[in-house]
Amino acid sequence: MRARKAWRPWGVFAWLAGILFALPVLWMVLTSFHSESDAATNPPSLLAPLTLSGYQEFFGAGSGASPWPPLINSASASIGSTVIVLLLAIPAAYALSIKPVRKWSDVLFFFLSTKMLPVVAGTLPIYLFAQFSGLLDNISFLTILYTSMNLPIAVWLMRSFLAEVPVEMLEAAALDGAGLITTLRRVVAPVAMPGIAATSLICFIFSWNELLFARVLTGVVAGTAPVFLTSFVTSQGLFLAKVCAAATVISLPVLAAGFAAQDKLVQGLSLGAVK
Amino acid sequence: MTAQTLERPVAGVVRGGPKRAAEWARRAPLLPALVFTIIITQLPFVVTLIISFLRWNALDPTNRGFAGLGNYTAVATDSALRSSVVSTVILTVSVVVVSLLLGLGLALLLDQKFRGRGFVRTMLIAPFLVVPVAAALLWKHVLYNPEYGLLNGALSWIWGLFGGANPPQPDWISTMPKIAVEAALVWQWTPFMMLILLAGLQSRPGDAIEAARMDGATPWQVFRYLTLPHLRQYLELGGLLGSIYIVQNFDAVFTITSGGLGTANLPYTIYQTFFQAHDYGQASAAGVIVVIASIIIATFALRVVSSLLRNEVKR
Repeated sequence: MRARKAWRPWGVFAWLAGILFALPVLWMVLTSFHSESDAATNPPSLLAPLTLSGYQEFFGAGSGASPWPPLINSASASIGSTVIVLLLAIPAAYALSIKPVRKWSDVLFFFLSTKMLPVVAGTLPIYLFAQFSGLLDNISFLTILYTSMNLPIAVWLMRSFLAEVPVEMLEAAALDGAGLITTLRRVVAPVAMPGIAATSLICFIFSWNELLFARVLTGVVAGTAPVFLTSFVTSQGLFLAKVCAAATVISLPVLAAGFAAQDKLVQGLSLGAVK
Repeated sequence: MTAQTLERPVAGVVRGGPKRAAEWARRAPLLPALVFTIIITQLPFVVTLIISFLRWNALDPTNRGFAGLGNYTAVATDSALRSSVVSTVILTVSVVVVSLLLGLGLALLLDQKFRGRGFVRTMLIAPFLVVPVAAALLWKHVLYNPEYGLLNGALSWIWGLFGGANPPQPDWISTMPKIAVEAALVWQWTPFMMLILLAGLQSRPGDAIEAARMDGATPWQVFRYLTLPHLRQYLELGGLLGSIYIVQNFDAVFTITSGGLGTANLPYTIYQTFFQAHDYGQASAAGVIVVIASIIIATFALRVVSSLLRNEVKR
């Protein structure tokens, strides 16, 4: 009894902290349903009538610029690069854990070290190469870059999952005369599936969020959603509701995926160190 | 990460020709990823290194040639670049430290039992799941705006509540530009730290803590001598990963202040030298210096990770 009473204030603090952290997000969503004039009042008008005009503006009612091409570009670059990352990372992780090559930990650290080099320092050669080979403003080229950006993370994550496959089970499978395919399907896959889910989630989020490469390498044709969002701010007139609607729509896939897979999020963010 | 895999036998006892074949069979699945990574992530740095010795400004295409160390001396004497080094260090350290501390506090709160814990956890994760550039726009226009932003709106509302006539209406971004950028980043990264530390807290050996309580240890003693040592590697992991991402931050600086008011960090400054000043040689020299600095920091950081790899972190 005493212990339960003593803990009660912590719950109140936790709720307050949760509300405080979520407040900007909730405010963003609320503002996106307000009219521009209600969005720009001081003090804020909490109970202003709700309207969809911000979303109508975002979907091109006023300016005529449709958000669909950038959204589709973002989706194809994110999904495309996630698929390629998995195709490359899973075999690599296999060669770093289940049947490890010599000096596998050096290779693993090489992958991680590429994440520590500042992306911006390699951007100019990439830009010049794209310009030279006509790949500027090309969504496939951006997909390749996102693949390289996420591949080290994916190799680390997948390796940490595949390392969980018990050696005894691999040996038992070999003794029973199971071929490579059977071993992969029966022994490796059950352990690898949660890892593949965590890897996909994290790779998707990072690609969807990326701004620097997209800004430098794309224009009208291959522009992604984050680039589109930056072009949405105008110097004249009120735009808060519009920007909030845009930010909400563009964040929606990440919010949905992240909330739905909270445990995968932790595994992914910690490169598989936390399961 | 298991200690067991570290001892897993490497390459069986095969002799002569078959041995080489077997080794290549082991390497084969690794090669596509390795070659891909080397081509896309390492080759550009080699090119950057070469360009850094060239006199090359895209706005002056005829005047191109070997510059020797000219770009490096230019970079070393460039005050904008030096100030961006300082900004990068301040930004990274302050955001990582503050979000780690807040994340620790929140993780400790979430580790308690209370009603609606799952919901509170979901609310706390929300900031991390807003697209970074959207979050930066949100802070800049919806929260910080001096005329109708939420912060000043809340101030006038509170003042109005107590009948105050002139509520303070600071222009947040121009009076405290660095804090404005840092606050937005701390808001986004605290959930990240909290998630990693919460996983660490939940992997504590419950029996040791129970035993310590039975022996009359105070909650502070339990925290100081049991929880904190256990959390150490999770704190290191969070700090390391947070630094990797925040040192490269571009979105927040680009959006909130456009690098103005002393907030320009290295990624932003190099981006500007490339794409606005078009001085390819000088920007590349700056890039090379940043890469060398990163390698020094990374060697140190990798040692931390490698100790993590050996002491298994697992729930």
